[in-house]
Parts: sequence; C-alpha cells; structure tokens
Amino acid sequence: MRRLSQLTPVAVAALLLAAWEFGVRAAAVPQFILPAPSVIAVRFAEAWADGTMLRHLVPTVTEVTVGGLLGGALGLLIGVTLGLSGSARRVVSPYLVAAQSTPILALGPVLVLWLGPGLTAKVAVCALITLFPVAISTLVAVRDVDAGTLELMRSLGATRWQSLRYARLPAARSGILAGARVAATLAVVGAIVGEWLGGTAGLGVLLNLARGSLFDTPLLFADLLQIAIVGVSAYGLVLFAERVLSKKIA
Amino acid sequence: MPILQVEGLSHSYGERHVLRSLSLAIAAGESVALLGANGSGKSTLLRLVAGLLTPTAGRVVLVGSAAAAGRPEVGIVFQESRLLPWRTVLRNVTLPLELSGESLPSARTIAETALKRVGAGGLLDRSPAEISGGERGRVALARALVRQPSLLLLDEPFAALDAITRARLDDELPELVAGAATLLVTHDVAEALLVADRVLMLGADGAIHLEVPGLRSLPAAERRAALLSPDGAARQTRLYAALDSVSHA
Repeated sequence: MRRLSQLTPVAVAALLLAAWEFGVRAAAVPQFILPAPSVIAVRFAEAWADGTMLRHLVPTVTEVTVGGLLGGALGLLIGVTLGLSGSARRVVSPYLVAAQSTPILALGPVLVLWLGPGLTAKVAVCALITLFPVAISTLVAVRDVDAGTLELMRSLGATRWQSLRYARLPAARSGILAGARVAATLAVVGAIVGEWLGGTAGLGVLLNLARGSLFDTPLLFADLLQIAIVGVSAYGLVLFAERVLSKKIA
Repeated sequence: MPILQVEGLSHSYGERHVLRSLSLAIAAGESVALLGANGSGKSTLLRLVAGLLTPTAGRVVLVGSAAAAGRPEVGIVFQESRLLPWRTVLRNVTLPLELSGESLPSARTIAETALKRVGAGGLLDRSPAEISGGERGRVALARALVRQPSLLLLDEPFAALDAITRARLDDELPELVAGAATLLVTHDVAEALLVADRVLMLGADGAIHLEVPGLRSLPAAERRAALLSPDGAARQTRLYAALDSVSHA
C-alpha cells in the first residue's frame, strides 16, 4: 500500500507527460508555441552538453545561495531580536509589515541603479525577498514559546542567553524552518527576476535570450525545467537541514 | 534555624488579593502540605518562594537570604511535567546542571543517579513523548532533585495522573525526596496526610486556618493503614470539613 502511494506521484507525472506528448503531436501544435516533452528533453541534454546550461546555472545558484543565506541569517537575527524584545517589536513591527507588503521585486530597478547590474544587485534582491518570511516566522515562533517552559527556565536560573539557546530556539525550530522553506523557493524567484533586470548570465537571462533573440522555445522550456530543479533542490536542502538539526537537538 | 521563613507575605494580582500576611516556617528535612480552595493562593505562594513572583508585602527568607529565581537550593515540580520534548529523558535531567556550568559528562553521571533513585533509570534515551504520565512525573522529580536542593516545591505534581499511579507516587515520595524539605500544594487530603509532617489549610482570605499533623514520620508500609485508622480518619474529617468551609467562605 505504501509502495503504491509512493508510486502514485510518478505515475501521475508519467501520465501527464504522455498526455502532453500525445496531445501536442496529435494537434500538430507548432514547436515555437508548445514543444513536446521529448523535444524539451533533447534540448535540455544539448544545453548541458554544449555548456550553455552550466554557464547560466552557476550565477543563478551563486545568487540563490549567497542571497538566501544572507537574507536568512539577517531574518533570523531580526526575528530573534524582535521575538525577545517587546519594545523593539512595538517600534519595528509596523515597518516590517509595511516592508513585507511592498513587492520586493518592485525594488529591483532601484537596487540595480544603486548597486549596478552585477552580482551584488541580484544577491540583494534574493536577500531581501528571503529576509521577510524568515524574520516574521522567527519573530512569531520565538515570541510564542510556551510560558510554562520559560517559567521552568527561570526557575532553573537560566540567563536570557541560556533561555534562548536551550528553550526558545529549539521550541521555535519548526516555525523558523517553515519560514526558511518559503524563503528557499522565493530566493530562486528573486534571482530570476534580478537577472531580468540586467546582466549577461543566469537562468533568468537565458529565459530572455531563448524567448527573444534566439527564439528557441524548447530551450525556454528546458530552462524552466532547470529553474524548477534549482527551486526543488533549494527546498530539499532546507528539509535536509531540518532533519540534521532535529537529530542534533534530540 | 528554619530552611524557609515566610513573614507577613501578601500578594495581589491587580485588585485581587490572593495572600494576606501569611507567615510560615519549614525546618530542614520537614515536609509541609498546603491545602486550600481554588484561587486561595497556594500556587502563588510556591512561586513567591521560588522567586518567580515578587511579593506585594512581606518577605521570604531561604537558607538565610532573600528568595530569588534559580537558586540551586530550591527544586520545583510544576503541575505539568514541563519536560522539553526535543531532549531525551536524560538530557531533560541534565538541564539544571548544564545551566549551572557542570560539564556534560559529569551532568550525565549525576542525572543517571537521580533518575535511578526515582525509579526511571530505564528511560534514559527515551523521548518524553514515548513515556507515560507517571514516568514523566518521576522524570520531573529527578530534574528537581538533581542539584540536591534543600527545599523542594511541589505544585500538585501528580494531579494529572491516574489514581493508581498517583497512589504509588504518594507512597514513595517521602523516600524519593531524600532528605530535602518539601512544600507540597495539593487538593487531595489523603495525599497531603501521606506525604507531609504538617498539613496546613489556606483560607480564601489568604491566611492559614488550620494545621493538622501528617503521617510522613511513619514507616512507608504503615502510612496507608494509618490513614484508614480511626485517628487517620479523624484527621481527614477535620481537613475535609475545613476545606469545605474555606471553599464556601
């Protein structure tokens, strides 16, 4: 039964791909509108073989990694500070909510204006887009730790730092990681949009090239597949970190 | 010199007064049980003694100095076991020692001894979610005893347990605390008589109304029988009558 439930998503995907392949061929849909999965797969392999994909993948992965880690670390720091301090929360929270309501991607052109079209602006977009989900989920998780647990820590003479290390952070772990899971996928969005705003390499740049000057729709779809792989990998890494952390804490 | 001296203690939550000029002394190794109606301030008294609350008036002197949160001379067991679910049983018991700066290997050795003493030596690597309510109660007791406190504060520690587990722990408690003075808050008259040298009744006015001697000084095997003896029954009747009176005051 368990094996069957594991097989079901694969079977559904295979069925959808088969329907797509068959539908496109049967309806003779032009390749520049919607290529068949087999055509995309071939183009994907070609792009890897001739080095196109790797050349564009490396900058995107760099932006996602550096920006995601930077935004995540800053988000964690802001979330913990605001979660611990009621007065800091009262002062900063309205701005945090306002900043989160502002589409970070709309700040992209401003960041490119200030930081140039290079790596820094894209890392900044990734960092900003990941900062808020991590900061807000951390704030809520650290603030809402069970009062009984905190009273226990006080009764044991724990300092503020010990209370944070031994009680608040472990108790808040699942809340913080929920924010990190959201941030991981948003970091990829940030990198792609950052690349649209300028630059010479990256999966976002490749999307523009494939759609525009190259007019290579199979490459466009192969690139989308690669972006999806990056997103799923980033999400998977957070899940892996979650598993390692839970073993370490236990 | 008493280990705990409470003098003229009063406490209010805003306009609501829960304790009024309460005075109490507990000698080293003595066990005192506190009975009283809901809202009479029993748990508040424990928190004031533990330094988790600051009294509105009066003072608490513990082993010669003012009460303060986290003093190693005081162990506390709350109504709920409050075990940290992300730590194993052993690491829950090492926690007070780790916070005091004890090295982990040494803390493990001391915690293992404490767990064995309370009959939970077989649970070391289990998660709190995997053990029964009675076992959690024992682990919480081991955590409170691990720093060898002079005074153990027990806030209805077995209230959530089934009758059989609770009776077993009540029978064992006087021996498990191993010489620490105890202040037990409970709603259970029989429990109070079994584990305490003195049973105090706290009235709705926040003052002590009655004091009845407990059965703790008897050998463990004789306490239950003594509870059912004419003398034991008389003590229970007095306490039930007083409890009824303060509950309807």
